[in-house]
Amino acid sequence: MSMQVILAQALLGLNVGVFYAMLSLGLAVIFGLLNIINFAHGAMYMLGAFIALIGYSLLEQWFGISLQIGFWASLLVAPLIVGILGVTIERFMLKRLYDLDHIYGLLLTFGITLILQGLFANYFNVSGTPYPGQPESLSGVVNLGFMYFPTYRLFAIIFSLVVCFATWYVIEHTKLGSRLRAGVENPDLTQAFGLNVPLMITLTFAFGAGLAGLAGVLAAPIYSVSPLMGADLIIVVFAVVVIGGMGSIMGAILSGLALGLIEGLTKVFYPPAASTVIFFLMVLVLLFRPAGLFGKEK
Amino acid sequence: MINRVLFIIMLVAGLGAPFYAYPVFVMDLLCFALFACAFNLLLGYAGLLSFGHAAFFGGAAYITGYVTKEWGFGPIFGILAGTGFALILGTIFGFLAIRRQGIYFAMVTLALAQIIYFLALQMPFTGGENGLQGIPRGELFGFISLNNEIAMYYFVFAVFMIGFAIIHRTINSPFGEVLQAIRENESRALSLGYDVDHFKLLAFIISATLAGTAGATKAVIFQFAALTNAHWQTSGEVILMTLVGGLGTIFGPVLGAITVGALSHELSAFGSWVQVILGTVFVVCVMVFRRGIVGEIQHRLLKKKADK
Amino acid sequence: MFKHWKSGLAGAVAAATLAMPLTAAAELTDGKVKIGVLSDMSGVYKALEGPGAVTAAKMAVEDFGGSVMGKPIEIISADHQNKPDIGASTAREWIDADEVDMITALDNSSVALSVQGLANDKKIITMNTGAGTTALTEEQCTPYGIHYVYDTHALPVGTATAMVKNGGESWFFITADYAFGHSLRDNTGAVVESLGGEVVGNVNAPLSTNDFSSYLLQAQSSGADVIGLANAGQDTVNAIKQANQFRIVQGGQKLAGMLVFITDVHSMGLDIAQGLQFTTAFVWNQNDETEAWSRRFYERHNAMPTMVHAGVYSAVTNYLEAVKATGSDDSDTVRAKLGEMTLNDMFVKGGKILPNGSMLHDMYLVEVKKPDEASEEWDLLRVVSKIPADQAYISLEDSKCPLVN
Repeated sequence: MSMQVILAQALLGLNVGVFYAMLSLGLAVIFGLLNIINFAHGAMYMLGAFIALIGYSLLEQWFGISLQIGFWASLLVAPLIVGILGVTIERFMLKRLYDLDHIYGLLLTFGITLILQGLFANYFNVSGTPYPGQPESLSGVVNLGFMYFPTYRLFAIIFSLVVCFATWYVIEHTKLGSRLRAGVENPDLTQAFGLNVPLMITLTFAFGAGLAGLAGVLAAPIYSVSPLMGADLIIVVFAVVVIGGMGSIMGAILSGLALGLIEGLTKVFYPPAASTVIFFLMVLVLLFRPAGLFGKEK
Repeated sequence: MINRVLFIIMLVAGLGAPFYAYPVFVMDLLCFALFACAFNLLLGYAGLLSFGHAAFFGGAAYITGYVTKEWGFGPIFGILAGTGFALILGTIFGFLAIRRQGIYFAMVTLALAQIIYFLALQMPFTGGENGLQGIPRGELFGFISLNNEIAMYYFVFAVFMIGFAIIHRTINSPFGEVLQAIRENESRALSLGYDVDHFKLLAFIISATLAGTAGATKAVIFQFAALTNAHWQTSGEVILMTLVGGLGTIFGPVLGAITVGALSHELSAFGSWVQVILGTVFVVCVMVFRRGIVGEIQHRLLKKKADK
Repeated sequence: MFKHWKSGLAGAVAAATLAMPLTAAAELTDGKVKIGVLSDMSGVYKALEGPGAVTAAKMAVEDFGGSVMGKPIEIISADHQNKPDIGASTAREWIDADEVDMITALDNSSVALSVQGLANDKKIITMNTGAGTTALTEEQCTPYGIHYVYDTHALPVGTATAMVKNGGESWFFITADYAFGHSLRDNTGAVVESLGGEVVGNVNAPLSTNDFSSYLLQAQSSGADVIGLANAGQDTVNAIKQANQFRIVQGGQKLAGMLVFITDVHSMGLDIAQGLQFTTAFVWNQNDETEAWSRRFYERHNAMPTMVHAGVYSAVTNYLEAVKATGSDDSDTVRAKLGEMTLNDMFVKGGKILPNGSMLHDMYLVEVKKPDEASEEWDLLRVVSKIPADQAYISLEDSKCPLVN
């Protein structure tokens, strides 16, 4: 097996890995504050991609608005809309379930997933619609020596990495982040210090959802936009989260990236296992380190 | 009392069903009803949310299909083989999953089921995307041909009743009571000296095994074992059925399976709107109707009694 | 789950036209002829068959006059979602509860095999227009199954031969991982090897893959002259587009789309697709007759017909002709009549249906035009050569169908 092939597949694996990382990061942020697993995270990723697609090519046809939202604008607009949806779900639905068993939160978001998926499946082909709005400036190819790599994919990797690490920095190293963490550790005490914890919770949920929406926009030009794109991904991301553990932000990012790489390399050495390797790793982690690689036993 | 009435209704309706409805459709409902009852044993009585029960349902279907098609097993032994497979798989899953609690438990079962899904997709004997086709229905006791829809129907109804009886018996046994005690208050059960994990594991295995029986039976009815049955969406649907009918009630899952099944069937012409509607039902159930249909009726009746 | 009950019962029923007077010999068992169109209405093959097949079937019924022997003709349709179990249970309910007389479309080989098997048990004719696998008329042939438009034997005869003769001797396959892809890969490999070429590798990709990049890189690193795409529909489109993104063709390798439809070419655009050669049974603007029909189809469907759409029209028409000629909807009678007929219409000239179900007709090797050669939006293909029916299809003597040999 030549080095060239390994490097190429590793880079493609990293390409997948950044999406795992962004999604598991969002899940971890939400889980950290709300103790809720957001099943609809995959659907929000899908929604982000569809907002980009509709904004670019369907506004006129559907709503009679002669406006085109380009790719760069979508990077802002889509997370915003998905975030607002997140706020709505949190304020009007999840909030009423906080006193119950956490599985109700999971079930609620599962129901929301079905609704969103079904809605889009009515209007769009389930095998995907190409996103035509990839910017000209990113349409070329970069010669990396060992392969030609589409510029856009390279951009997506770098952009996602920046977003992930910026999120980590804000939460771990800024005043805003320390307040957030305090809200997680001890909501009552934090409230007593005059911080508005419910607002923080809502905004955090919106932020996590927005991250998923952002990932969706980034994914649109690479993978076709499909109502099922999030459903296929979210289960893998669950496994990533179980492997990484919910302990730390950095854990979520690193395990996402690493597992993408591992999956890519599996394609070189034993392709049939590529779709299952992450789940087998999960089994191993459960056997030997049940709390996950970065997790703390609660 | 109410349970006795419901039981008689179920028996009469079940015995008469093939004369006023399309038998294959009713058989399908019965399989899902048994599946939901088995699932309810775990979520409703032990408080464990498995998001991977499709693995047992779909996995057993493949095994049953294989042994009846390739090894010439009859329908009864075929279904037993599928059930046995679900038992083994349930033991493995249960052993791994009970290491984590709550939502983690749900995610772990989901991810484990996904392994089975991919194995079903890739192993040669399952036929991958093609599915395992042309499974013979065979003959019962060597002389009753199950190619006759009516004979097939009563066979399926018998399987359902046996499964239902086992679940009913389990719930009302001392074992079932310990399970409910654990669900109500795990630490108290622990301090009373019960090996909590052991009880949970056992509940998981029984639930998985009967889910397997349901899937195995479905494979014989449709002469087909396919990926759809092992897909996570099927795991989600069985949760919905149980939730709609009533968590932790004996008849709830049966009613839930019939409601959801009939709803999907009637609305099938509307394409993906079915999914939207099922999702909405899900959301409504979680938000305001957590007792489910049967649970709500029971609650009202009890309240009436208490008011008197 | 219960989506496979997506039957005609609830409302997918589209009564094409209503009955005329009640005269004539009532040989039709249930007083009408009912045709089921079972297709991929929402997925990877939607564009090439899907709703367009329903349109084509309805056109056939209308052109036939809406009734046969004074009895109504109905078209019902459903989505098999590319899932063979859903296809089979829909067909089961159609046959048991809705008294469907003939099932057509079936654009997925897994679905097609399961439905053809079931329909055989129930003695119902299937006229397959969409699926490719030769197993339908070979190992798993049935007395009631007809394979109408193309098969995986006919496709490589033109395309692979042309590629090998132009120097493409070593092949690497990217294969859709189910009955159709496997059959197409094996048959193409056989053609390549018979001409002295070799198959150096293969990778299976799941049906409906969005990202072909890692498969394409494997193909690239194999160093093969030709990357054979043994897939169809949107999968082919995605693979070709991504090959373009990773500069695979610029690296000197050629892509061979083993099954390409005009809708795929249209969605890729001529910039990417130009020069691509493939095999088809129908080109919409080949002559006045095809063009006249195709423009009528376009009026309703807003896209030009694929060979499969034209095939559905032809299959339904000839089925109705056979019912009319025999005055019966009994499957054995109609099937026998179809076997005797010589099929002539805008889709097929001099077609013959063999006892194993294979419909013999000429095929065409076509090439995608350059952007400046296209005179209108859908003017995309140029016929390179005709592949005579006896070369395209497996002859009765060589058939592995147990019914004939």
